[in-house]
Amino acid sequence: MSDVVMTVNGRKVAASVEDRTLLVHFLRENLNLTGTHVGCDTSQCGACVVHVDGKAVKSCTMLAAQASGSTIVTIEGLAEGAELHPVQAAFREHHGLQCGFCTPGMIMAATDMIRRHPEGLDEKTVRHELEGNICRCTGYHNIVKAILAASKAMAAGGEAKAA
Amino acid sequence: MGMEGIGARVARKEDKRFITGGGRYTDDMVLPGMKHAVFVRSPHAHADIKGIDVAEAKDMPGVVDVLTGRQLKADGVGNLICGWMIHSKDGSPMKMGAWSPLAVDRVRYVGDAVAIVVADTKGQARDAAEKVVVEYDEKDAVIVAAEALKPGAPQLHPEAENNLIFDWELGDAKATDEALAKAAHITKMHIVNNRLVPNAMEPRAALAHYDKAEDHTTCWTTSQNPHVARLVMSAFYNIAPENKLRVIAPDVGGGFGSKIFIYPEEVVCCWASKKTGVPVKWVADRTESFLTDAHGRDHVSEVQMAFDADNRIIGLKVDTIANFGAYMSLFSSSVPTYLYATLLSGQYAIPAIHANVRAVYTNTSPVDAYRGAGRPEATYLVERTMETAARELGVSPAELRRKNFVTQFPHQTPVIMCYDAGDYAASLDAAMQAADYAGFPARREEAKRRGKLRGIGMSNYIEACGIAPSAAVGSLGAGVGLWESAEVRVNAVGTIEVLTGSHSHGQGHETTFAQLVNQRFGVPIDSVSIVHGDTDKVQMGMGTYGSRSGAVGMSAIVKALDKVEAKAKKIAAHLMEADESDIVIENGELKVAGTDKSVPWFQLALAAYTAHNLPAGMEPGLKETAFYDPSNFTFPAGCYICEVEVDPDTGVTEIIQFVAADDFGNIINPMIVEGQVHGGIAQGIGQSMLEGAHYDAGSGQLITASYMDYCMPRADDLPSFQVSHQNTPCPGNPLGIKGCGEAGAIGSPPAVINAITDAIGNNDLLMPATPERVWAAIHVAKH
Repeated sequence: MSDVVMTVNGRKVAASVEDRTLLVHFLRENLNLTGTHVGCDTSQCGACVVHVDGKAVKSCTMLAAQASGSTIVTIEGLAEGAELHPVQAAFREHHGLQCGFCTPGMIMAATDMIRRHPEGLDEKTVRHELEGNICRCTGYHNIVKAILAASKAMAAGGEAKAA
Repeated sequence: MGMEGIGARVARKEDKRFITGGGRYTDDMVLPGMKHAVFVRSPHAHADIKGIDVAEAKDMPGVVDVLTGRQLKADGVGNLICGWMIHSKDGSPMKMGAWSPLAVDRVRYVGDAVAIVVADTKGQARDAAEKVVVEYDEKDAVIVAAEALKPGAPQLHPEAENNLIFDWELGDAKATDEALAKAAHITKMHIVNNRLVPNAMEPRAALAHYDKAEDHTTCWTTSQNPHVARLVMSAFYNIAPENKLRVIAPDVGGGFGSKIFIYPEEVVCCWASKKTGVPVKWVADRTESFLTDAHGRDHVSEVQMAFDADNRIIGLKVDTIANFGAYMSLFSSSVPTYLYATLLSGQYAIPAIHANVRAVYTNTSPVDAYRGAGRPEATYLVERTMETAARELGVSPAELRRKNFVTQFPHQTPVIMCYDAGDYAASLDAAMQAADYAGFPARREEAKRRGKLRGIGMSNYIEACGIAPSAAVGSLGAGVGLWESAEVRVNAVGTIEVLTGSHSHGQGHETTFAQLVNQRFGVPIDSVSIVHGDTDKVQMGMGTYGSRSGAVGMSAIVKALDKVEAKAKKIAAHLMEADESDIVIENGELKVAGTDKSVPWFQLALAAYTAHNLPAGMEPGLKETAFYDPSNFTFPAGCYICEVEVDPDTGVTEIIQFVAADDFGNIINPMIVEGQVHGGIAQGIGQSMLEGAHYDAGSGQLITASYMDYCMPRADDLPSFQVSHQNTPCPGNPLGIKGCGEAGAIGSPPAVINAITDAIGNNDLLMPATPERVWAAIHVAKH
């Protein structure tokens, strides 16, 4: 058994888990954060993406024990209270989701993508960067649109805050 | 059109939970005392089971029990069935082999379930499953349908001699042969429609809870049609009588057909919960999904299309072999028959058609409906043949199609269907304009200067949706009626619940169905809740597939709304001392036309429930139910154009543009409809360029059983799509809806392959057209 301690969505959590427990299973089963999904077993689909110390990580590729000491943000912790994160809002406005299963991972990956590209994004870059996230419903058309819109909105928001 | 009514691009109500992690899928459900199940599956494609030793597995940590097929049979659990009867042309019924939910004596494909292990954790169940010792006596396997028909091929089921399930025909063989005999030109094609794995992103799952005190079972499962699941599990699998079985399909992460069917796992989990006395949850891992979700397509056809000297089609002869896999899945028999051959007339006036279809067992995963189900196979065949014919005849592909379009409606085809409405030239024109078809030769020249091969291809699809009326499908062999049911409950404060037998697994019903209510009563969509997916809440339902939720499901709601409106108007007339016929509903109020008298909607609802002042003899309350059975299939149609650029050095194909021009009849929410088209096209491009289920012919192992091996379309495989609508309302239902869920997957594959073959100058190209295949086809064409 491994003792793990981490901060998840601003809350400090501690538990003793089987050594083989993956981070995704720890989040889902121990913490009941079921917004993070498991869509495959080869780390291809990206439905389980969360932020570990500020970076997008597939939580099925990491043991809970490896994440001990880290700060984790899941889809449940992305919005600030009732106010949606701009990426969440853009996915809704641009119909970037249908069944919703890949959506948490998409949104967490997109948030990180936008953070890593402060210079802004274009369609080609977004499509390339989504390589690790599979969606079967949308054909990606509206996901790409939503991410581009969120990137613009966040840049404008950042400028507004700076000014 | 109001802000939230029919035709408005309303953002989806259900999105809030999905974008905040609040979706509730089957795997998210937890019950007190719940245990986890893992299935022991056959590693062989074909083998006799000589013995199963579960002793060591039962002693593993955390194990509750290990159960086998013999125990399942002893408890009277029934075999899985196919619910659509097809008769061969000699009049004999289809030959259905026995499919035990857990194999007893024989396994017939890799992944066939043999035993279930129930343990405290999934990890423990998995560990124990590895300790179950199954002694197999391996047999030869057969993977390819045509091989399975040959003398001496391995035999799967004693019921089906030579692995032949049925040998069925549709149409007039004599008239078709006569047309071929007098043809000025015949285009012949060998058409392969590649096997696909549906790959809904949420793997299948089931959580069963047997309540001993009540002798009642609840099953949460990833279903597109929970009522059908309850019906079939009650009537055929002996799980429990319907009044003792509740099936709940909560949020479901995509279906595409694969979650219509009742699979072994949910049946076994229900039985195992009763047997062990604990709630049992099973969730497929992705490889299990690849192995055991019903696959799609897998047709091989020989085609002859006959033209007269004026390039009019005079006959179409088709001979198809359909691979059914190891067992007949729930609706498998309907797919290559009444959902396929009935669409072989395409958008064209063809006087004589004959189709022969042989359905065949092989040692592969069962095959059933996958997005489009039969109609993609028909469309691919017809539209590849049309494009090829145009090349052979030296005429424009667009003009050859236009010349043969059906232009008068209703149009009776020689293959059952009667097309009710459409304007095929309108979609063709719109697509050609959007794609700048006329400018293509210049673009091809420009690409050539850059060393690239540019091609353009089109596809003019038609499909049949709704899968109704019940009497018609019943006469064709369906074991169920295909109507839909709805209930509209107006609460005392005026908020509304709509209970529907349709099921949303991504289609946005919670929004579009609420828009329908808003249109009628002016109630904001936030005051309207759509309830679905629970057999204890919704009276009855046939579920969502065949693009039927709009045309059939919403029509049932319209019928219930009609009844609510009629009663509301009676009450309003009584309250305002007016004539019922003078009452109109506007902006959330019931008004007496031409006066300033009005009653707000919520007040009317309250009056219905206080019942202090109702018309004499009227029952209190404002709640109505309806069942709706359509008068005909609906016939969405459209034109898709794909333009590609191929790198001759690598065979890599880039889609430069993809244009869709669709006729879906009336549209409730264009944003959602466009989303359906995008997703369908992506799956069609996936089929044509990326996806394919491949078995090792010798061992019967599924080689493409993970996302490392099966090429799912990624964002950078696809372009953005240009989508438009040219709508002719459907005369067959009150909303004029045709349906939009499958069109993209039906219409796109032939457009893509027509484009690539145009680019490379070789018409001999299999799907998926991978760079390797395209490169080889270029080099064959050169030499």
